[in-house]
Amino acid sequence: MGTGRTEGGGAAVNVFEQVIAWLTDPDHWKTTLGIAGIPQRLGEHLHYTGLAMLVAAVIAIPLGAYIGHTGRGGTVVVGVVNSFRALPELGLLILLVLAMGVLLAVQALTIALVSMAVPVLLAGTYAGIRNVDPAVVDAARGMGMREWEILLKVELPNALPLIFGALRAATLQVIATASIAAAVSLGGLGRFVVDGNAFREYDQMAAGAVLIAALAITVELLLAGVQWLVVSPGLRDKPRGRRTRSRLSTAKATT
Amino acid sequence: MNWVGDHIGDLLSVSLDHLRLALAPVLVGLLLSLPLGWAANRWRLARAILVPVSGLLYTIPSLALFVMMPLILGTQILDPLNVQAALTVYTVALLVRSIADALAAVPAPVIAAATAMGYRAAGRFFAVELPLAAPVLVAGVRVAAVSNISLVAVGQIIGVGGLGYFLLHGAQSPPNYPEIISGVVLIVVLALLIDGLLAFAGSRLTPWARVGPKAGARR
Repeated sequence: MGTGRTEGGGAAVNVFEQVIAWLTDPDHWKTTLGIAGIPQRLGEHLHYTGLAMLVAAVIAIPLGAYIGHTGRGGTVVVGVVNSFRALPELGLLILLVLAMGVLLAVQALTIALVSMAVPVLLAGTYAGIRNVDPAVVDAARGMGMREWEILLKVELPNALPLIFGALRAATLQVIATASIAAAVSLGGLGRFVVDGNAFREYDQMAAGAVLIAALAITVELLLAGVQWLVVSPGLRDKPRGRRTRSRLSTAKATT
Repeated sequence: MNWVGDHIGDLLSVSLDHLRLALAPVLVGLLLSLPLGWAANRWRLARAILVPVSGLLYTIPSLALFVMMPLILGTQILDPLNVQAALTVYTVALLVRSIADALAAVPAPVIAAATAMGYRAAGRFFAVELPLAAPVLVAGVRVAAVSNISLVAVGQIIGVGGLGYFLLHGAQSPPNYPEIISGVVLIVVLALLIDGLLAFAGSRLTPWARVGPKAGARR
């Protein structure tokens, strides 16, 4: 259990040992007497993240694909994305939870997370479709493909690397924002950080931080793996394709 | 709105504090990432190490990185330096990759021409390669500055957050909406202001980039 240690400086090794001790304590892996353990907090974190990403993908990918295919409204997309980047996630979260009430706090969080993810996904899908070589699209049209066939069979598969890039950036941002949900008395792994801070238990705080970082890195690696499997081998980044990649990499979003 | 009138002095001084917390890491991060980005472009091995590591660091959510900093730096838990160091890490992680890519994108004939004109490596870097990489650099600095301004507020969860103070303090029951909204609005205004200033500075720094797209559009 927490040792109430507030001074983290000096004995760094000691702090590492405390964090490992906290993480390996079996009491922290089960929910007892209403005190949630790591599995429950992880489950909440994944629940918030998964739900928000699902809603965001359903909204943003079709919309981005449509805008990218028709080319209509592209400047609006860029403007919306840039203005959302300036919005503080903590402020948005607090205002939504207060406005909707504690009973709808999870819904408020979902709305906040979705509005963090949608701009990133929208921009990525739009940019992905716009960046497809026009000659390829022309060829598809010349072969007699309908517009929806061009979108589904040519443009979307070709846009997958950028769409996946946006999906990964958005997922990371949602995981990061979900970890501050604890500041508005919701669950998730951020709970350990907030509670640890409130009770001056640095071992709990640091363990929570390690768990959040581990979750983010694991999800990132998993998505990178899925991307590797899903994206056509012909579109994979090659070391010598550095020049084309440099232009695209500036589309990466923030956390 | 009375609250805003009564606290206008606090709002302004905390805004300045917020800017300092957000932008000092951008400056330090920029100074660190220039040599690192140069190295990543120069040596294949440096790139193979720096690019994945910065990608990994960029993956770590801000709250986690803030809290993990004392583990790495040996600082006190509530030391403002933790937030500053974490934001510097993000800035470096973002900029190293884009500087390396921007330097790699400088056309080889341009470098050859500069060499033929008598530039040595160091002079050529500052007079030719760096200015040509400037648009990408400015874009990276803008993203880093805007996201840092927003992330400083998250630092308030562990007690160091500039304007984030008004967000969490105002959210205590009973909620004080003018206080929260003032905090949010000031954060957005600061972000847009700094973004605009950096965009302006960027276009002054690279007059050729301003001419390029316009000339293209006229055709």
